[in-house]
Amino acid sequence: MKKYLQLSGLEPMIVTEDTNFINVGERTNVAGSRKFLRLVKEEKFDEALEIARHQVEGGAQVIDINMDDGLIDGKEAMVRFLNLIMAEPDIARVPIMIDSSKWDIIEAGLQVVQGKCVVNSISLKEGEEEFVKHAKLVKRYGAAVIVMAFDEVGQADNYDRRIEISQRSYDILVHQVGLAPEDIIFDLNIFPVATGMEEHRLNAIDFIKATRWVRENLPHASVSGGVSNVSFSFRGNDGVREAMHSVFLYHAIKAGMNMGIVNPAMLEVYDDIPKDLLERVEDVILDRRDDATERLLDFAETVKSGKKEQGADLSWREEPLQDRITRALVKGIDAFIVEDVEEARLAADKPIEVIEGNLMTGMNVVGDLFGSGKMFLPQVVKSARVMKRAVAHLLPYIEEEKLKNPKIEGESENAGKILMATVKGDVHDIGKNIVSVVLGCNNYEIVDLGVMVPPEKILQTAIDENVDVIGLSGLITPSLDEMVYLAKEMERKGFKIPLLIGGATTSKAHTAVKIDTQYNNAVVHVNDASRAVTVVGDLLNDKSNKKYVEDIKIDYDKFRTQFLKRTKVKEYLSIDEARKNKYQIDWDTSEIVKPKQLGIQVVQNQELEELVPYIDWSPFFRSWDLHGKYPEILTDDVVGEQAQELFADAQEMLQQLLAEKWLTAKAIFGLFEANTVDEDDIEIKIEGKEAVRFRTLRQQLKKHAGKPNFALSDFIAPTTSGRKDYMGSFCVSTGFGTKEKAEEFEADHDDYNSIMIKALADRFAEAFAEYLHAKVRKEAWGYSSDEQLTNKELIKEEYKGIRPAPGYPACPDHLEKLTIWEVLQVKERIGVELTEGLAMWPAASVSGYYFANPEARYFGLGKIKEDQVVDFAKRKNIDLEYAKKWLNPNLSE
Amino acid sequence: MEKNISEILKERILVLDGAMGTMIQRHKFTEEDYRGERFKDWGQPLQGNNDLLSLTQPEAIKEIHSLYFEAGADIAETNTFSGTTIAMEDYGMQDLVYELNYESAKIAKEVANAFTKANPDKPRFVAGSIGPTNRTASMSPDVNDPGYRAVTFDDLRIAYKQQTEALIDGGVDILLVETVFDTLNAKAALFAIEEVKEERGLDIPIMVSGTITDASGRTLSGQTAEAFLVSISHIPMLTIGFNCALGANQLTPHLEVLAKKAPFGVSAHPNAGLPNAFGEYDESPQQMAEQIKEFLEKNLINIIGGCCGTTPEHIKAIADLAKVYKPRCVITEAV
Repeated sequence: MKKYLQLSGLEPMIVTEDTNFINVGERTNVAGSRKFLRLVKEEKFDEALEIARHQVEGGAQVIDINMDDGLIDGKEAMVRFLNLIMAEPDIARVPIMIDSSKWDIIEAGLQVVQGKCVVNSISLKEGEEEFVKHAKLVKRYGAAVIVMAFDEVGQADNYDRRIEISQRSYDILVHQVGLAPEDIIFDLNIFPVATGMEEHRLNAIDFIKATRWVRENLPHASVSGGVSNVSFSFRGNDGVREAMHSVFLYHAIKAGMNMGIVNPAMLEVYDDIPKDLLERVEDVILDRRDDATERLLDFAETVKSGKKEQGADLSWREEPLQDRITRALVKGIDAFIVEDVEEARLAADKPIEVIEGNLMTGMNVVGDLFGSGKMFLPQVVKSARVMKRAVAHLLPYIEEEKLKNPKIEGESENAGKILMATVKGDVHDIGKNIVSVVLGCNNYEIVDLGVMVPPEKILQTAIDENVDVIGLSGLITPSLDEMVYLAKEMERKGFKIPLLIGGATTSKAHTAVKIDTQYNNAVVHVNDASRAVTVVGDLLNDKSNKKYVEDIKIDYDKFRTQFLKRTKVKEYLSIDEARKNKYQIDWDTSEIVKPKQLGIQVVQNQELEELVPYIDWSPFFRSWDLHGKYPEILTDDVVGEQAQELFADAQEMLQQLLAEKWLTAKAIFGLFEANTVDEDDIEIKIEGKEAVRFRTLRQQLKKHAGKPNFALSDFIAPTTSGRKDYMGSFCVSTGFGTKEKAEEFEADHDDYNSIMIKALADRFAEAFAEYLHAKVRKEAWGYSSDEQLTNKELIKEEYKGIRPAPGYPACPDHLEKLTIWEVLQVKERIGVELTEGLAMWPAASVSGYYFANPEARYFGLGKIKEDQVVDFAKRKNIDLEYAKKWLNPNLSE
Repeated sequence: MEKNISEILKERILVLDGAMGTMIQRHKFTEEDYRGERFKDWGQPLQGNNDLLSLTQPEAIKEIHSLYFEAGADIAETNTFSGTTIAMEDYGMQDLVYELNYESAKIAKEVANAFTKANPDKPRFVAGSIGPTNRTASMSPDVNDPGYRAVTFDDLRIAYKQQTEALIDGGVDILLVETVFDTLNAKAALFAIEEVKEERGLDIPIMVSGTITDASGRTLSGQTAEAFLVSISHIPMLTIGFNCALGANQLTPHLEVLAKKAPFGVSAHPNAGLPNAFGEYDESPQQMAEQIKEFLEKNLINIIGGCCGTTPEHIKAIADLAKVYKPRCVITEAV
């Protein structure tokens, strides 16, 4: 039975007759590559990894890693580098050759690689005892091994010695140690020829003959070697060297050499070697003439070296045009797209055909892959970037064509026209942009009206542009009412087209209960971009859309009935009862710390670098429809690879953003004397000003016995306690500069990076809020001066005190932002504004309160009853209807 | 034992037992039950430390073994999935590792012997369960530092060596390195086992069972089924196979790879389907048996059993089925 050398990285590699010759990459060898040596010395492991990646992409089937250098801690460098390689699936897929002259380095390497490695090398140089000891460990670790033709006497440098040492080594390994013979690879020493010394004449031919002998006499063993040695005497003349390598390999492989270290860039194709050069090189390698060396030397003068460094695999550039375009779109490679599209344009009758033909063919592939879950959102957005660049290149030609031929054959065929808008008062558009891009990829024409779009404009544009679908997006709760209003208006104006609802605060429940009932045509809640494509496809399918719309209506009706039935089960307390059941802090003993510094402080230019460690990445992935917790998401089975790629892109932009200072971060916060008054209000004192009241809202859902009905005011000592208490409020923004940068990207048809910068700015804003809160706890207020929390603990809110934000669960009332703005003079001092929907602008901003009491905790308000709204309107001195409008999402039916 | 297990393996398909955890759940043990009298003052919560039940609720564990043997299992796994100092760190019970493994092995062996005695034609065996621990040797838990490792080969080797010694002392017939999600962890376990074998001059059959974590057909540490096989083939194994993570139907292509290439027996103990939205496994014994039939018809299997969500009812259905089919013929190396 034939036994084959089997190795493995993440994938298996079986060396059979058919695999011909296994090429071992050696650029990750400090002795073989100066650059690699320098990078390791300077601990630039990221760049060193790129060398490994480059090799694998360039065709290395095994990579040899060697850290033997006097100035390097070889063991540490080996372990570190191998660990890093293991985290790179496109490198780790190939087996590793662990190369060192020191056994402890080899063993350290074996302990960190899961696959079956090759140990390079062991030999009889130090005697049989050492050899056996190491071989046993090789076996126990489950590796293959390179055995050097070396013994106590020295290195084998002729045919007989090579055979003698090989035979002896083989016998010990197979019969004494019990190593599988197929796991033995002999390195029979390749030495230079044409050195001018008589004793070197047989170096190549002896190696080749010994190879043949080993393969015939030592069953299942392999033969390897470092090929470049053979041409050592022709350093500087790559033309001759390349020919020598090819000739040597040609004969050695025929003799049975099945593995070796060859630089693919230093290899000529055997058949391409000019006849006269070939003849002279073969004379030298095979030692066919006494004057072979002289003749080659003479000839060498006339051979110029041809350069052909191999880079990443660009062989796809040789494929037919359509394949190249499709590949560029699927892989999101924009480097060649203009060139390819231009080629397509020259071949087409009309430039529009390139879009309708070549590009759509490619985008259909993208659409199919995305639809079947084989591509993920960030990839699709990258595809769209390539598409946009291609279209941008074609547009001038299309315009020109139109001028030449005004009675053009109608509009270009697209699947439908979709209006997209973020509703009035809301500035959040990441999700909307993603959906636009994805729909655009699927051949829909998108009319994107941007953010803060008034309803009149949405409806008028829909009529003017004759759109087929309207898509509305919003993130803050007031946007929900805007959507309801729009649905009402669409019904009133006799619209028939479907309405899509999306955005973080939207839900199927809200859509079914509040929006669907306002509009007699289709209303669909779409919560992710991939679903948007199928939903729009169904809505616009002439044949089946009627049925689909009916089904949707029925579905929402059912959902609504069930939902309302469910909500009725809940019991509520009156606001007075709820107040009686408030959260009780024992104010006689509760810890109250007076802030070190009362009053308002402004941070005009926060260094962004300081915020980086505070970033919570999980929501970042969520904004790209990749669901999972960071960092686990990076190794997720389904989205892990995509998440890693997205994360790498984000890191790249992050570095650039920091280096080039794209964003400006500002903050303001104030710490004030405060006491709870009239149950649910908090009155704060600001020096030299009238007292101001924050109005808080109280949970009204009937709780189990012993569970309180919370309001934020419960966390501040009431005036009746006789104790002076404190609270704070703040606003941070990292959004200054985002819009400009995003527009720059958009002008460059780069939605991917436009979305990326916004998503990053949002992360920075949250990080800034986290950072500032920590500073306040530890310094400005100083109630937690000895706090030491990791980012993970911060994300889990393990700090003392809370910072609830208006518009979020504990205090969903956006109106209180107006109070914060008034108290802190936010707009005047740091330039963050409130839109009419009370969204913050720039969008990447966070505002809220600080509560320091150790018992303060986050909670969700839940639904409240009308009696509290009446009371709230009275307390705030506002119109009841106005109050209802703002608290609508929290009103129980 | 008259016949040794590798001989029996050539004659028929052997049946491994089903889930320990699922059966323990049926008892609805409270924190107090887990603690028992001996650990009532232990400083850490102990609920969920299933291995500990071998000390505090030994009767329950014995009963589970009995139920599986009654259902037709040939091999019972010891209740020692987390029996290493590394996995026991969560409960502060590193010092109890030897005892946990020793007692678990003893309990299982006791039950096995009773069954063998009652029916000598069907000898029962005990496989010492060696779990993956809760750390991975070839992956970083910290994505910002992909070069970091929470556990080293030597940490694992030492921990596994202790577990192996205790299991052998307790009387197990087989060592089962299972639920391998990182091949490097398994290699450390196998290294430790080889050390023990050499030091004690004994031989003991080894089963290794990997876990393919998703439909792409890779282990958590990224290897394909065949790469996994290649990476541990230096060990003379009784069987190699897969368990957990997937239901039986998704396992077929990966078992086919092993069946075609492995010079060892092939084992499978899949879950009872995939967990539903509530994290429960709801494939019925009949459904599972139906899928396992495919393995048997394709002649892929030498040892078959169940993992998460399987019960004696499942094992009975599987055992009834396994009787009807011939085991896969192991192509051992023809020297």
